[in-house]
Amino acid sequence: MTAPTLDSLAAVLPGLVLAPLLLGVINRTKAIFGGRRGQPILQTYYDIAKLLRKGAVYSRTTSWVFRAGPIVTLAAVLGALVLVPLGGAPAVMSFPGDLVLLAYWLGLARFFTVLAALDTGSAFEGMGASREVQFSALAEPALLVGLAALVKQAAAPSLAGAYAAITPQALWTGGPGLFLVAAALLVVYLAENARIPVDDPNTHLELTMIHEVMVLDHGGPDFAMITYAASLKLWVLGSLVVGILVPVRTGCMAADVAIAVAGLAALAVVTGIIESTMARLRLVRVPHLLVAATVLATLALVLAWRHAA
Amino acid sequence: MSLILLAILVIMAGGLAALVGCRHSSLATALGAGSAVFGGVLGAVGSVWSLLSPAGPPAAVDAPWNAMLGGSLSLGADGLSSFFLILVFGLSALAALYGTEYLRAWRGRKNLGLSWFFYNTLVVSMALVCLARNGYLFLVAWEAMALSSYFLVLFEDERPEVPRAGWTYLVASHLGTALLLVLFLMMAGQGGSLDFTNFADFASHGGPALSIAFVLAVIGFGTKAGFMPVHVWLPEAHPAAPSHVSALMSGVMIKMGIYGLVRTLTFLGTPEPWWGWTLVSIGAVSGVLGVLFALAQHDLKRLLAYHSVENIGIITLGLGVGLVGWSMGSPAVAALGLAGGLLHVANHAVFKSLLFLGAGAVKHAAHTLEIDSLGGLGRRMPWTAITFLVASAAISGLPPLNGFVSEFLVYLASYRSVADQPLLLGAAGVVAIAALALIGGLAAACFAKAFGIIFLGEPRSDHGREAREVGLAMRLPMIILAAACVAGGLAGPLLVVALGPVVTTMTGLPADAVADGLAAGSGSLGYIVAAAAVFFVLVAGLALVRRLLLAGRSVEEAGTWDCGYVAPTARMQYTASSFAQPIVRMFRAVLRPKRHFKQPVGLLPGASDFETKTPDMFSENVWRPVFGYASGAMARMRQLQHGRVQMYVLYLVLALLALLLWRLR
Repeated sequence: MTAPTLDSLAAVLPGLVLAPLLLGVINRTKAIFGGRRGQPILQTYYDIAKLLRKGAVYSRTTSWVFRAGPIVTLAAVLGALVLVPLGGAPAVMSFPGDLVLLAYWLGLARFFTVLAALDTGSAFEGMGASREVQFSALAEPALLVGLAALVKQAAAPSLAGAYAAITPQALWTGGPGLFLVAAALLVVYLAENARIPVDDPNTHLELTMIHEVMVLDHGGPDFAMITYAASLKLWVLGSLVVGILVPVRTGCMAADVAIAVAGLAALAVVTGIIESTMARLRLVRVPHLLVAATVLATLALVLAWRHAA
Repeated sequence: MSLILLAILVIMAGGLAALVGCRHSSLATALGAGSAVFGGVLGAVGSVWSLLSPAGPPAAVDAPWNAMLGGSLSLGADGLSSFFLILVFGLSALAALYGTEYLRAWRGRKNLGLSWFFYNTLVVSMALVCLARNGYLFLVAWEAMALSSYFLVLFEDERPEVPRAGWTYLVASHLGTALLLVLFLMMAGQGGSLDFTNFADFASHGGPALSIAFVLAVIGFGTKAGFMPVHVWLPEAHPAAPSHVSALMSGVMIKMGIYGLVRTLTFLGTPEPWWGWTLVSIGAVSGVLGVLFALAQHDLKRLLAYHSVENIGIITLGLGVGLVGWSMGSPAVAALGLAGGLLHVANHAVFKSLLFLGAGAVKHAAHTLEIDSLGGLGRRMPWTAITFLVASAAISGLPPLNGFVSEFLVYLASYRSVADQPLLLGAAGVVAIAALALIGGLAAACFAKAFGIIFLGEPRSDHGREAREVGLAMRLPMIILAAACVAGGLAGPLLVVALGPVVTTMTGLPADAVADGLAAGSGSLGYIVAAAAVFFVLVAGLALVRRLLLAGRSVEEAGTWDCGYVAPTARMQYTASSFAQPIVRMFRAVLRPKRHFKQPVGLLPGASDFETKTPDMFSENVWRPVFGYASGAMARMRQLQHGRVQMYVLYLVLALLALLLWRLR
């Protein structure tokens, strides 16, 4: 257990500032693959700034739950952000079992997004909400069993301990276990952030969307909060993947954090490549992908056990 | 202890007075409910006192008793009893207050005095189950509990499904009790008395007898608690009862099964690892299948009843991981798992009672519990809506509410067992982690459905279009329980430490080892409380920011965006059935939903209809065939029993002759 220190600001500040950039990187990668120039890499910042300057239009059907949705979502995702270590920088809060709180803050964010969607009484938003809860219920075991594999590897039941034990050496000599966890978490990262192959953020049909359709009725500052929360969630789950695959420790914290941020940018590029080269899965196939991720995580756990024994 | 006994006397006296005064509904209600509320508060205070005070005299009443098998009429309140007594008294007081208004609709049509008599009897018998220190007394109280709740379930016996539900409950309950009788006689040993002090020697015998006793306890008490597959009475009986009774049954009465199991474990000494594994498996199956069946239900109270099965599963997972830890000599894992399971007993009691009371308010206002006929109640019933929302978030295990605290403890026990414990213990942890994660996600889905469809959007039918918020007597208990959900989330670190003595009495593990294990949990929960505080500040801050941003700008109201369609109606909203359909479809192999679909035909199709129903898998495929076979076999016995007096005389003569021949031999 550690008390919050100034160092831990280095784990949080880059996320708060740079998270919307990841969406820009993904979109730029997709534009390059599509042979387009694409939108500015800072477009998400422009969008958020513009939305914050607007008024609001609320549906007559909605109640206070709809208005509470974006606020609770953003606050809960911020709660998750302060639990994640970045590079060598410690998280603001670290204690045994913090990984459970991380998963459940994201769960709270999702719960309120779903309720806000149902509050509009729209069939489209109800449909999106229904898919969201289905897929996230399957992503949850993949995330928590995957983290259990890291816990086994490090013999420490906290994120700080689990990620501190991952070194380049462990990555190269420790067998495929860590890569399996990374693969499982990558699937969770794609599914939870509504990316291809689970959801297509750029689709133009309400019928086929998941996340985008749930937030159709939000506008103005509310939508700014939702967009910012979505980019922070991308950052949080991305950090869990990058923490495994880029465990570089130079000894200088600033350099470590910079490398981790570069890793996140690289993950965004990979996401863009996946989105450019893959089609979206049929909705009935998505559960197979998520269950496969849980299986990979379980396999990693078995390997970690053999390694420890 | 004397406060607790006084409370029992008050409640029983009030119940009898209600029975005597049953000709006057309002008098009977005042007497019955008044004594239940007063006695409940008294008893809750007494039990908190008894839990917090350092070990007092173990038995307050101890009189020689010449009942069957001897022993003494002995009552006592140790930590474990006091913990459960707080729930019994506290929740029965709140539910009674709620019942005064809820039952008003039946005034003049039903005998309310009788109903309150059974209510108070149920409360008293549950209190006696917790206090009994003699097996015979325990079983008498247990039976009184089953019978009084059976009569409470039968309150609306003019509805055809109610007597059937009551019958299922009665049969299940007695089959469970039969096993308990065997269990107690076994623990009493040859010619021993049924005193619990005598049971304590049972562990020293060792051998397979202990394992047999464990299995008997799991099935016998599990029937009451609602372990799958002996849960089948639960989704029948709970929806049939009046809502304040469902709240008490689902919140507290089924927990008596957990109490009995835990109490039995104290007699069995250090457990075998496979006992813990059994509980982990039962917990995982009950939890996952419970929530899946809940998702497939269309009736709110049936849905909630299946969630009770799910939460009993979570409790059992905690106890199971704790038991494996206990048996394998890891006091930290044992303490965290058992404390998590026990704390979930209390937390589930709070939020599940609240949910059933909320369902009662919906029924009261909208006259239906069919989720797909409801909608938009949130704006008409703001208090019911917000308390139901708090309970929904709590039962889904979301921070910063009480459900998260107990699930977190079970998770922490599991992750610690994964981190550095041997495979047999760690694997139990892995099963618990995977099951809890899946249960958590599905429970959130189910309560997004229940809350979202009932309270949000627009009314889907005429039900509830004219709904009005319920009165203060129904609102107040819901508000208190919702506050308890929040308080239980924020007081987590203290509650865990308070459970230390309970776990120590239960396991007999060294007190400091247990305290160390729980201190680690308490430390983590301290961080979580800090995070929750920051979360609340953030929510308030963001709300303020938005208010400042929107000040002076245009904030308009418009219709919901529906892709430019010009004539949307409330019937076009997504329904609960469609919301849950993808998950039900995904798990159709176990759920086996039945669908009835009359397809529209022709160019100008006439009426068509579509219906889905998900009957209980175990009820349909296991118990119905078993009981069908049993009843077929019994039917053959009927040839002996046909009402012809001459034949009966012949039986008598034959029997006498046989005895005579036997004597002559």
